[in-house]
Amino acid sequence: MTTTENPPQSSSGALGPGYDVPGQEMRYRDAFNKTLRDELNHDPDVFLMGEDISGGFDKETKEPLDAWGGPFAATKGLVQDFGPERIRDAPISEAGFVGAAVGAALTGLRPVVDLMYFDFVTVAYDQLLSNAAKSRYMFAGQTKVPMTLFARSGAGTGHAAQHSESFYSMLAHIPGLKVVVPSDPYSCRGLLAAAIRDDDPVFLVNDKKLINLTGFVPDESFTIEIGKGRYLRRGADVTLVGMSYTSVVCKEAAEKLAEQGIDAEVVDMMSLSPFDEEILIESVQKTNRVVVVDEDTPRASMASEFAAIIADKAFDYLDAPVKRVTAPHTPVPYNRGLEEAFMPGPDDVAGTVLTMLGK
Amino acid sequence: MAEISHEKLTWLYTTMYRIRRFEETMLEQTFKGNAMGVTHPSDGQEAVPTGICAHLTDKDWIGSTHRGHGHCIAKGLETDRMMAEIMGRATGQCKGKGGSMHIADFSKGMLGANAIVGASVPLAVGAALTAKYRGNENESIGVSFFGDGATSQGVVHESMNLAAIWKLPVIFACENNGYAEATPAWYAVSTDDIASRAEGYGIPGVSVDGMDVFAVYDAAEQAVARARRGEGPTLLDLKTYRYHGHFHADDPKKYRKPEEEAAYKERDCLKLFEERVTGQKLMKAEELSSIRDAIEEEMEKAVQFALDSPMPTEDELYSDVYVNYSNPVAGLR
Repeated sequence: MTTTENPPQSSSGALGPGYDVPGQEMRYRDAFNKTLRDELNHDPDVFLMGEDISGGFDKETKEPLDAWGGPFAATKGLVQDFGPERIRDAPISEAGFVGAAVGAALTGLRPVVDLMYFDFVTVAYDQLLSNAAKSRYMFAGQTKVPMTLFARSGAGTGHAAQHSESFYSMLAHIPGLKVVVPSDPYSCRGLLAAAIRDDDPVFLVNDKKLINLTGFVPDESFTIEIGKGRYLRRGADVTLVGMSYTSVVCKEAAEKLAEQGIDAEVVDMMSLSPFDEEILIESVQKTNRVVVVDEDTPRASMASEFAAIIADKAFDYLDAPVKRVTAPHTPVPYNRGLEEAFMPGPDDVAGTVLTMLGK
Repeated sequence: MAEISHEKLTWLYTTMYRIRRFEETMLEQTFKGNAMGVTHPSDGQEAVPTGICAHLTDKDWIGSTHRGHGHCIAKGLETDRMMAEIMGRATGQCKGKGGSMHIADFSKGMLGANAIVGASVPLAVGAALTAKYRGNENESIGVSFFGDGATSQGVVHESMNLAAIWKLPVIFACENNGYAEATPAWYAVSTDDIASRAEGYGIPGVSVDGMDVFAVYDAAEQAVARARRGEGPTLLDLKTYRYHGHFHADDPKKYRKPEEEAAYKERDCLKLFEERVTGQKLMKAEELSSIRDAIEEEMEKAVQFALDSPMPTEDELYSDVYVNYSNPVAGLR
């Protein structure tokens, strides 16, 4: 496997993130919406399903109202253009409609499911684990399950314990399922398109802290290969590994470290299953030190997995133990101060690097 | 009893007898140690899948349960490959990777047997959603087989509600054999009349004598026609009985009375069928016996086919996890 440099190539062969392609600055949420629209136009078998995605109905005319634009406005404006059959508003039945999406995928459609909050995964977990992920294997390749699921993760918005989870590892642990974690509008657009066009079930996690951030997004549709990481910053002294919003945290930490003359490299994993072992090893071979930053709780986490891979495959290059900066082994608290303390931040990362370097 | 063609009568009897003898033969092979794991026989319940699948084609989809051999056979799966699957052989429908509880054949509209109770119900709803999305409900519907035990599962309720609000072409076929493992339905299900739950979803619910294939056939005919007309789902409560235990090694005498078993066997689906068709001179006794002879031969061949079939090679452990995946799926050694 070769490591994708940042910028990765677009599916059409044009360069991204796009210094020579037409595009614009936009919010993560708008990039998400634009990509959904592109994929609905691209393939008539693609349809969306989720709670409140068409935002209510007029009792007299039965017409959808799109009152909210769907959870976090991800589906805003879609029901008007694609109709309620393709933007299928579902009752509060996560297990039921995720299961129905699996059935639709098994019989030829390409469902895209909005699970609203990442925490709601557990309500539908059996359908995800026992049906979506296992059908191809149990039935020896007779079928495929081309479905995409997405939901909002992460602490930092006062949503408290049951609306703030980041348990990526609970999904990455499942054979048969893929997991991708964009960290900016560009990767959101490329990974969402890749997920919808992929023939395996893919879960895309949107950290709530990313949703209103802006960045450059090419106008033209493109895909990022699932399983590839990228460098957000090149450096020689230490590797900071991020995923989803912690890639933003790593960039901020690298800037703080630069002020102290420490040259940090930032790797953005983008995919958690499969994931890019080569970029981890390549970077550690150069910097000889690594800190993995994960907002998930630490036990059996992606941070632990990456640390194990690095220890196994790049041990001889390490000048210091692999360090992990994660959330504590607690639920997410509501109080703003406690919540701040829960999330790994740039100061935590920079502090860990300074200790590692004996400074 | 509606008019049923001679050809269809022959199919009904052949299918029920095939299921009966498959289950008995499969059990013999299980006790000989030739099955590689746990098996759940469905003999006694043959009229249910037979009377329903009589109205389906390969374009219709069924979801099934851990007790799924009868559903597979009624949907047209080959018994030799099913026997091979149960014996874990490479020639099975799932190359020996699924086993008794996960037999599937997508070319026959069989979405796979499912060992999580109730978990296949939304899959049939999803298949019906595909039909509605494509506008071909008239030729493709979903049928979900599940037991009385599954009626206590949340996802079954969710699935019925979804199918009702979206008017999906699906049939909820509750194969009510009165027991969830050893636990009786009178204890675990809040009503004696599972069909009455349909009222809560605003859909038709029909109680059916699941030992009488003609009763099942008639009820299913209406439910299938309703689904194909785009009028939405139907719940059928098909009262039936399994002659064996929950799984091959379970002795049901520990939790069921012999009188109860005898009463159901008195109304055995094959016996009722034979009495009816010979009494009404719709089929001759010799026709029935020649069907039975042919099935005996088929079962012998199925067992021999399975025993003669190769085991899957070790690379099958790693195949079919994903369509494509860039990390190795082999473990760390």
